[in-house]
Amino acid sequence: MTPVLFWTFSGIMLLFATLVVVNRNPVASALSLVVSFLGLAALFVSLDAFFIGVIQILVYAGAVMVLFLFIIMLLDLRAEGRRKVNVPAVFGGVVVITLFVKVLFDVCYGFQGGRAVFPPIEHSAHGDVWHIGMTLFQTYKLPLQVVGTLVLVASIGVVLLSKRELR
Amino acid sequence: MNAAPWLILFAPLTAAVVITLFTLRSRQLSSYVAVTGVFVSFLAALAVFAGPDHAAGFNWIDVGIFQVPFGYVIDDYSKMLLLVVTGIGLLIQLYSLGYMADDAGQSRYFAALSLFMFSMLGIVLANNFVMMFIFWELVGVSSYLLIGHWFERPSAADAANKAFLVNRIGDFGFMLGILMVWSASGTLVFGDLAQKWPGLNLSPAYALAAALLVFCGAVGKSAQFPLHVWLPDAMEGPTPVSALIHAATMVAAGVYMLARVFFLFEGRWAALGVVLWIGLATSLLAALMATQQDDIKRILAYSTLSQLGLMVSALGLGVPHAALFHLFTHAFFKALLFLGAGSVIHSLHHEQDIWHMGGLQRRMPLTFWTFAAATLALVGCPPFAGFWSKDAIVATAFGRQPLAGLVISLVNFLTAFYMTRLFVVAFWGSPRSSSAEHAHESPAVMTTPLVMLAVPSVLIGLPFIAPVFVPSSEPEAPAILAVLVSLLVLAAGVALGWRFYRGAAKDPVHIPLFANRFYIDAFYGRLVRYTQDALSTIAGFTDRWIIDGGIVKGLSGATFWSGFALRFLQIGNLQAYAFLFGIGVVLLLYIILFAS
Amino acid sequence: MVTLNDYLMVSGLLFTIGFAGVLLRRNIIIIFMALELMLNAANLSLVGFSRFNVQNGLPDYNAQVLVFFIITVAAAEVSVGLAVIVALYRARQTTHVEDITSLKF
Repeated sequence: MTPVLFWTFSGIMLLFATLVVVNRNPVASALSLVVSFLGLAALFVSLDAFFIGVIQILVYAGAVMVLFLFIIMLLDLRAEGRRKVNVPAVFGGVVVITLFVKVLFDVCYGFQGGRAVFPPIEHSAHGDVWHIGMTLFQTYKLPLQVVGTLVLVASIGVVLLSKRELR
Repeated sequence: MNAAPWLILFAPLTAAVVITLFTLRSRQLSSYVAVTGVFVSFLAALAVFAGPDHAAGFNWIDVGIFQVPFGYVIDDYSKMLLLVVTGIGLLIQLYSLGYMADDAGQSRYFAALSLFMFSMLGIVLANNFVMMFIFWELVGVSSYLLIGHWFERPSAADAANKAFLVNRIGDFGFMLGILMVWSASGTLVFGDLAQKWPGLNLSPAYALAAALLVFCGAVGKSAQFPLHVWLPDAMEGPTPVSALIHAATMVAAGVYMLARVFFLFEGRWAALGVVLWIGLATSLLAALMATQQDDIKRILAYSTLSQLGLMVSALGLGVPHAALFHLFTHAFFKALLFLGAGSVIHSLHHEQDIWHMGGLQRRMPLTFWTFAAATLALVGCPPFAGFWSKDAIVATAFGRQPLAGLVISLVNFLTAFYMTRLFVVAFWGSPRSSSAEHAHESPAVMTTPLVMLAVPSVLIGLPFIAPVFVPSSEPEAPAILAVLVSLLVLAAGVALGWRFYRGAAKDPVHIPLFANRFYIDAFYGRLVRYTQDALSTIAGFTDRWIIDGGIVKGLSGATFWSGFALRFLQIGNLQAYAFLFGIGVVLLLYIILFAS
Repeated sequence: MVTLNDYLMVSGLLFTIGFAGVLLRRNIIIIFMALELMLNAANLSLVGFSRFNVQNGLPDYNAQVLVFFIITVAAAEVSVGLAVIVALYRARQTTHVEDITSLKF
């Protein structure tokens, strides 16, 4: 992938991620989140991770976002009114974020190995779905079962949480 | 690829799906859809029967070294059973049109019946263990649905649960057996296994365990001792269901499965001995219990148990084709017996106690004559079908294990006795209740299947007809002795039954042990209760003193005091926590990466 | 050419944006979205490393399987989290974190 495309998609992703945080209207935030995830999926594809890119779009841009929008509309949230700004809180937040960015730059600067170009990969007979499937069902059988149980428990939990009787 | 086997398999499934999705509202339409489905299956089965042996399939599951095909195998065994299942299934569905005519749940009934046909045909066609196990479970499910058809009756719901749970025990063993077979040989396809298994270098104990665990599945499904308790209770279902599932086909699945995987037992005498004696025990116990039952369907149920025991012991003697021959003939006459009983029950307004019947031979002549034919076939009177198939087993038994031959003869004697009892009490004499006085012949839609089943019950065992359907077998040494013994015990049983029950108004014989089924059901009830009590006492002790007293109280004390100390850090604002958390992360990162 | 560091940098920036959202916004749903951004930032760096660590001409699929698990768990987490939010809203009629200061009510 050319640098142009990479920076374009990164830019889109970061821009819309910022919009998620900045927007006052939750619906606008959610829609920005979709665009950001689409950019992210493009980056996955640029890394030859086609399967991950596709499920990123399916799960996040599809399922999760619908859930978000549904909840926003269910709760009937409007754009927030302006509240009194909590100065110490904002100050503290900005300090932490600044420190974090500093650490990030230090890390990336110090990581010599990361300056190399990506090594080439061969395009094997099977697609990456096949490889992921083999890894998943051979090496990670047990974690797969555990995740399945987790999803089951989560769905039961959601049903319980959503019941009216909850005090 | 030949489409007929797939057609056999999927026509009933299509019927079940169509009924469930579209025609639940219309009872008439649902029944016609179901009958059409099984009729298509029957025609396809005829085509397959005329065609050559073959096998086909495609790869279904393929994960690394674990491969499961989805395919069918057509050979002598499956051809024969396909005809039995689709043919009897068709007749019984026709019969159900009459029997279930005024039942509100007719659509549900026919959907479940079609699902059952699909699963049973799946077992017959399956070419590997996984597929067979899946259909095995499906059969269990549809049997559950059908036993519990009148679920508003608590006894029916309980019987359905009991059947399902008891079958689970057997199926668990079956699954373990399948896993053992797979881990030893690496394949689950019957054809490959049959070639590979004898050559494998297995320890005798392992081979024995694998064979017996697989046999466990048959013990559950074919209701062998000690898992036989569910079958008599399963009579709570509608009578056509009892005829199809709990007499002719599903309970035979265990025998069929054992014949299909007979290579696991071939030449392993310990395993065969266990199979033989379990079969004999079932056969004898069930025959004894049958002599003291009063419910017409229960008598037939115990008789089914006894005959299934006979088939299993034939397998234990090492003659699977004799077992399948008996399965084949038994399917016809036992289905006929049940349908005849259903016809009686139907016209007596759901009266099942034989002591409330009597004098039916003039009021229901067609039922009477067909029932008589089936009874003669069951007790093994020449030249009816049962005589030939039983004779094959008796002759082998006397030839190989004389003791087994004696037990089988005893069972045959008891069979003749209790069937005479049933027949004399229910059909002869004078009516013992008002509903029996007003009995009348059932409608044609019910009597026609009776007649159509009576024909094979009479003829199918004849030496020049049977080989067409049943896999060829080398005849044992001439068995004049066996035939003589069979006829002798038959005559003795009939004479004794006639002597006791001719004109009797009440049961002159009273043996509580047999009437209460050897107290096996009660024993299981106690066993479950006491085990549960003991386990709960132990669990209660552990919970109260170790977990509650030691761990919980200790931990909760520690938590309480540390929590009390930490309570002063709680602010209650989510973002304050996030802030603290972020500071912590940054510090940690910095220390780990740069401070060293 | 684009290097691994570029991807890591983008991933880190995405994480930072998400973190800023968590720290600065008051609406719990927005905070939740920001959490999703942070999770995805982690996914991006994982996939980047997977592509970078080529063996036998193939990327490292262990990392991609991990991403698969993360996405699965995140989906479960979103559903449970949103259910909690709905329950919370029913009890408190608010989605502002400043109004929710006690765990038990």
